[in-house]
Amino acid sequence: MSVTTRHIQAYLLLLPAFVFLVGFTHYPAVATLIDSFMSTPRAGRAAVYVGIENYQVMVEDPIFWKSLFNNLWFALATIPISIALSVAMALWVNEKIVGRQFLRMSYFLPTVLPMIAVANIWIFFYTPGYGLINQFLQLFGLPGQNWLGNPSLALGAVTVVAIWKEAGFFMIFYLAALQTMSPSYKEAAMIEGASRWYFFRRVQWPLLMPTTIFVLVNALINAFRLVDHIIVMTKGGPDNASSLLLFYLYEVGFKFWDQGLASALTVVLLFILALVGLLQFFLLDRRTHYR
Amino acid sequence: MSQHAAFSSSTQPGWLSTIGAWLLAIVWVLPLLYSAWAAFHPSEFATRLAWDAPLTLDNFAKAWEAAPFARYFLNTTMLVAMILGIQLVLCTLAAYAFARYEFAGKNLMFSLMLVQLMVMPEILIVRNYQTLSQLGLVDTLFGIGLPYFASAFAIFLLRQTFKTIPKELVEAAQMEGASALQILWHVYIPLAKPVYLAFSLVSVSYHWNNFLWPLVVTNSVESRPLTVGLQVFASTDQGIDWSIITAATLLTSGPLLIGFLIFQRQFVQSFMRAGIK
Repeated sequence: MSVTTRHIQAYLLLLPAFVFLVGFTHYPAVATLIDSFMSTPRAGRAAVYVGIENYQVMVEDPIFWKSLFNNLWFALATIPISIALSVAMALWVNEKIVGRQFLRMSYFLPTVLPMIAVANIWIFFYTPGYGLINQFLQLFGLPGQNWLGNPSLALGAVTVVAIWKEAGFFMIFYLAALQTMSPSYKEAAMIEGASRWYFFRRVQWPLLMPTTIFVLVNALINAFRLVDHIIVMTKGGPDNASSLLLFYLYEVGFKFWDQGLASALTVVLLFILALVGLLQFFLLDRRTHYR
Repeated sequence: MSQHAAFSSSTQPGWLSTIGAWLLAIVWVLPLLYSAWAAFHPSEFATRLAWDAPLTLDNFAKAWEAAPFARYFLNTTMLVAMILGIQLVLCTLAAYAFARYEFAGKNLMFSLMLVQLMVMPEILIVRNYQTLSQLGLVDTLFGIGLPYFASAFAIFLLRQTFKTIPKELVEAAQMEGASALQILWHVYIPLAKPVYLAFSLVSVSYHWNNFLWPLVVTNSVESRPLTVGLQVFASTDQGIDWSIITAATLLTSGPLLIGFLIFQRQFVQSFMRAGIK
């Protein structure tokens, strides 16, 4: 077969997938960037170039800043906690623990359930008065809280749900990595008389680094992508206390139909994801030193 | 000596670890246990645990009648099957090209493809919605699926697998005069079966649970998937009858949940396989 026909064959094989990839990832990303410098088209009035006006509106918009900081807080809270929990889960179910099957199933369960369905159950847990958490607190004589209705608690409440949903998913990757780890490390550590914690800190954790980077990148993307529970549980409230960037983008785009501002917000999200991409590139580069 | 004892107990974790592991597991299944309790008991027991509470299926019947869940089930099933079917075809072809062909711009195209791992279609909802309305596909199942037909994740996964398939097998098939597509069909695809299973489970559970994009795109019963249907049902004031809402919640997650409990091993292994790139 000639080289040219092979080239053509390759392009033909790629064509169908690339139509959709370009159509729904690359084209909209570029188009959004252009839209962010245009006014919102209204009936009988086409979009016109407005320079950085949308960005000015965005920068002066307190809800934007609120959502951005909420989102950073949300990411900083969910990521370390769910990574720590998932490592603990993986270490536990990797050993001969009592009820190992049940434990593994329990941890992984939230991953297969629809976020929107479980968010409904969590709403009930958080309900003031007769909600499960408040009933539990009452047992110890502690006052109940309006978890989702209190601006200083709402973001924490939805963060807990996200951790609950994600930790078991990340556990899988740690478990996979632990299972490929040679048992000779453990034997060596045993002979040396190393403590459990020392063995984890000096042997297992460094060897799990590539997995941690993979999980970290996924967790970062999820922190900016997952807003199902916000829509169901708090609608960003009270007083935007639990609004996240993508949630605010959804409101601006589909409740206020402000395309200009929505495009500027999308560009911010794309910028954040690009940073995550760079971080991954940088970390993966460094990772080779472990090999 | 004492350290040695401490260590050997780690293969069979100490009681403190065991208690911790179990406590965490109980917290993790609690939401599901609670919803099962509320859904199978009359509503007066929704907030109160009592051993003599009678069992009932009424809540499921009421939920089933209160919203067109049968239609939502049909929609979700069709949606998930359509997306998976098209993904498998498109991504197999693309992965084959990346794994076994040399062509100008290969690296560039590969990098462009990987962008989708970072920038998922959800992020670009505003612009993708416009594309969809220009195509006249708003409020259709096809429209919900469209942005997901090409999955960078699937292409990447399959390409990695295809690359591990020995050249000798391919050469043997070429000797017999098999065409490129025949080789793909008879050599590559059969050897990648476990990866196809892994990706299928991941894709089905992802799209069964997907919410934001379908929420934006749909506005009628005919095209709404279960997740959006459940949200519409739970948010229109039901007088907050928790028993009915939990019944509807269990209905929605039911098929995946049952599938998970039956195929637990495959599920966990699939997600593992999908994660190790």
